[in-house]
Amino acid sequence: MRFRIYRYSPEKDQKPFMQDYELNNIVPGMMLLDALLLLKEQDPTLAFRRSCREGVCGSDGMNINGTNGLACITPLSELKEPVEVRPMPRLPVIRDLIVDMDSFYKQYRDVKPYLIVKDPLPEVELQQTPEQRDKLDGLYECILCGCCSTACPSFWWNPDKFLGPAALLQAARFIEDSRDQATEERLDALDDPFKLFRCHTIMNCIQVCPKDLNPTKAIGNIKKIMVKKSL
Amino acid sequence: MTISNIQRRRFDSLIIGAGGGGLRAALQLAEADASVAVVSKVFPTRSHTVAAQGGMNAALANVLPDNWHWHMFDTVKGSDYLGDQDAIEYMCRAAPKVVYELEHFGVPFSRLDNGRIYQRPFGGQSQNFGGEQAARTCAAADRTGHAILHSLYQQNIRAKTHFFDEYFAVDLLKDDDGNILGAFVFDIHTGEELIIEAKTTLLATGGAGQLFRTTTNALINTGDGMGMALRAGIPLQDMEFFQFHPTGIAGRGMLITEGARGEGGYLVNVNGERFMERYAPKAKDLASRDVVSRAIETEVREGRGCGPDKDHVMLKLDHLGVDVIQKRLPGIRQTCITFLGMDPAEEPVPVYPTAHYTMGGIPTDRHGQVVIPVKDTPEEAVTGLYAAGECACVSVHGANRLGGNSLLDILVFGRAAANHIIDYLKENHYHRPLNEKSVEKAYQRLHRWDDTGEGESVEKIRSDLKRVMEKNCGVFRTQDVLDNGIKEVSALHEKLKHARIKDHSAMFNTARVEALELENLMDVALATVYSASARTESRGAHSRVDFQERDDMNWMRHTLYSLEGRKLDYKPVRTKPMTVATFPPKARVY
Repeated sequence: MRFRIYRYSPEKDQKPFMQDYELNNIVPGMMLLDALLLLKEQDPTLAFRRSCREGVCGSDGMNINGTNGLACITPLSELKEPVEVRPMPRLPVIRDLIVDMDSFYKQYRDVKPYLIVKDPLPEVELQQTPEQRDKLDGLYECILCGCCSTACPSFWWNPDKFLGPAALLQAARFIEDSRDQATEERLDALDDPFKLFRCHTIMNCIQVCPKDLNPTKAIGNIKKIMVKKSL
Repeated sequence: MTISNIQRRRFDSLIIGAGGGGLRAALQLAEADASVAVVSKVFPTRSHTVAAQGGMNAALANVLPDNWHWHMFDTVKGSDYLGDQDAIEYMCRAAPKVVYELEHFGVPFSRLDNGRIYQRPFGGQSQNFGGEQAARTCAAADRTGHAILHSLYQQNIRAKTHFFDEYFAVDLLKDDDGNILGAFVFDIHTGEELIIEAKTTLLATGGAGQLFRTTTNALINTGDGMGMALRAGIPLQDMEFFQFHPTGIAGRGMLITEGARGEGGYLVNVNGERFMERYAPKAKDLASRDVVSRAIETEVREGRGCGPDKDHVMLKLDHLGVDVIQKRLPGIRQTCITFLGMDPAEEPVPVYPTAHYTMGGIPTDRHGQVVIPVKDTPEEAVTGLYAAGECACVSVHGANRLGGNSLLDILVFGRAAANHIIDYLKENHYHRPLNEKSVEKAYQRLHRWDDTGEGESVEKIRSDLKRVMEKNCGVFRTQDVLDNGIKEVSALHEKLKHARIKDHSAMFNTARVEALELENLMDVALATVYSASARTESRGAHSRVDFQERDDMNWMRHTLYSLEGRKLDYKPVRTKPMTVATFPPKARVY
């Protein structure tokens, strides 16, 4: 199987280039990560992040034949040759397929992604009905891989002002949580022309999310809650 | 670059590892206004805690009657009486409080109709000291580890913990009296080295599942903290006890949570027989993991395996209905669809015992202090050094860990270690002087990999090691096989000394990181095979075909393996709990 992989080492390369590789020992059921690990045995200088190998840690987000995804859960059988693998778009490349995710993490921190409870805490759990808890499904499962935000044109154009789908999904996760007591502040903080409202429902985020989450819908719900509040 | 111009930074407390144990400790310290640095070789939410599925044990009694004392009994019995009963009592008493704290941190636990935390039955759980099945495992669907790790990271963002993300810890720094002074680390992005001086250092680096070819563990689980401890002259405890999870996806290793059987799934052999009824008439599929793993291996060895090669058994879940599976087990459903192309709501899942958990580790007391034998005292605290979670051995799991007790362990003892550190910092205001010799040693270890030229390949040695460990240190063991394991691992250890890497760049050099990881794994592998070869009895996960009985007279004691001279030593099990009566060893039936 043939691969074309983005290579860039700031210590020796003037600029990035695409390197061709070939693998003969492909067996059915292999994922792209398995192939990258075999290629790394051939060429130990090839650098990429990886950890859990099963789509829960979010380390190996990359751009695969033009679409963002996790290498560890992308079957080789679904990929057209040569498989073109690049780093996730728009973020600075540190080396090869490794991008600098600092700005992505900063957006995450900006939405105060933690539960805020102002009342005194009980000695047992805070109560939550199964229906209230169901509202968190589709929001809490995010693995911070960055596939969605780096696939979003609004994020490409305004990475410093628009929060991007991943951070906004987190904002929704806490706005929707019946236990959280900072809903007002959270909504106020998002009420500006860029942070939230630069989402133009292009919906790339839904297409690429490896966990099948729907940031566009979450963003829409935040907008709805804001409208309701302003009435 | 020489040692004198390496940057130095000082913190009250250093934590190495940002999984659940490290982050729980960091939060406790940050909230106590201690300056705390967390060093992690991956961004915190990539840590392996994220992959924990089924849940966390605590006797909340939300579903069925329960109390901490029953939980304690089950844990002691599960440990095959090798667990330390003071630490087990402490853990089981603390469990409900620790779960409530997590809930207050925001963990999205699944809920019962009355609004309380959902709990499911798990293996080895009972009411009333061995009676009916209990339901003790608090769950967020089958993504409990993810829910907990993310919530803890989020709370650390709030508490403004200082993170060194993607920094690799090379070695501990210590002075001539054995006090631990911090660690020598480097920034993986730039390759730049850094000396972190700290009054206390907590190792929370997780397990060493990468010892084995087929494992549920992430690629980062390379026993780094255990390797660092060994090189600092600290022995590892009970390394012969490695847990094989009964239900990894056959041939691939992805974990299928015990919660699948907790929700009503069961195992069948090629004849469609529920074979666990023969091995554990009462608990059946919810017997302890060591018992279920042996049963599966026995079925396969005796020719009752499934598939064209008769090399696995089937986990049946389809009778639960698609609604239960989607609600309670959505993650493993997705994993099966992705990796097997089948839906467990429709077809049974092929499973086989898979390397899962390191019961042994760095010896600590129940405050997380690392303890070593000094002259006639078996447990003397090492000043400035703590360990918690899978890299540590408290020991609450003894010879076999119960499902749901791992998340509990990391949170209870991450927190306990932080509390002890807070007290220590009140009495100890100043950093001890840095020991240059120890910096030099760590520096040499790192820069040994700058050697160029031809040499053995790291990739090849690593894959050989994993194969050797799988062959020689699996579910069933004999003297010959274990001794052969010592021979083969020793040969690989020798080869590793002559290995070279081909990439000598500074920035994000993953080849160098993997070489350093392999050194850690290699020392941990030696500890494992030496400890296993010496123990001539069967207890918990250490199952000897040639010594099938548990031998309490000679072997109810902890193993200690030291790097120097590959020496084995032993210390007694702490059978006296904190307040209640001892659970004396009994025959272990489920």
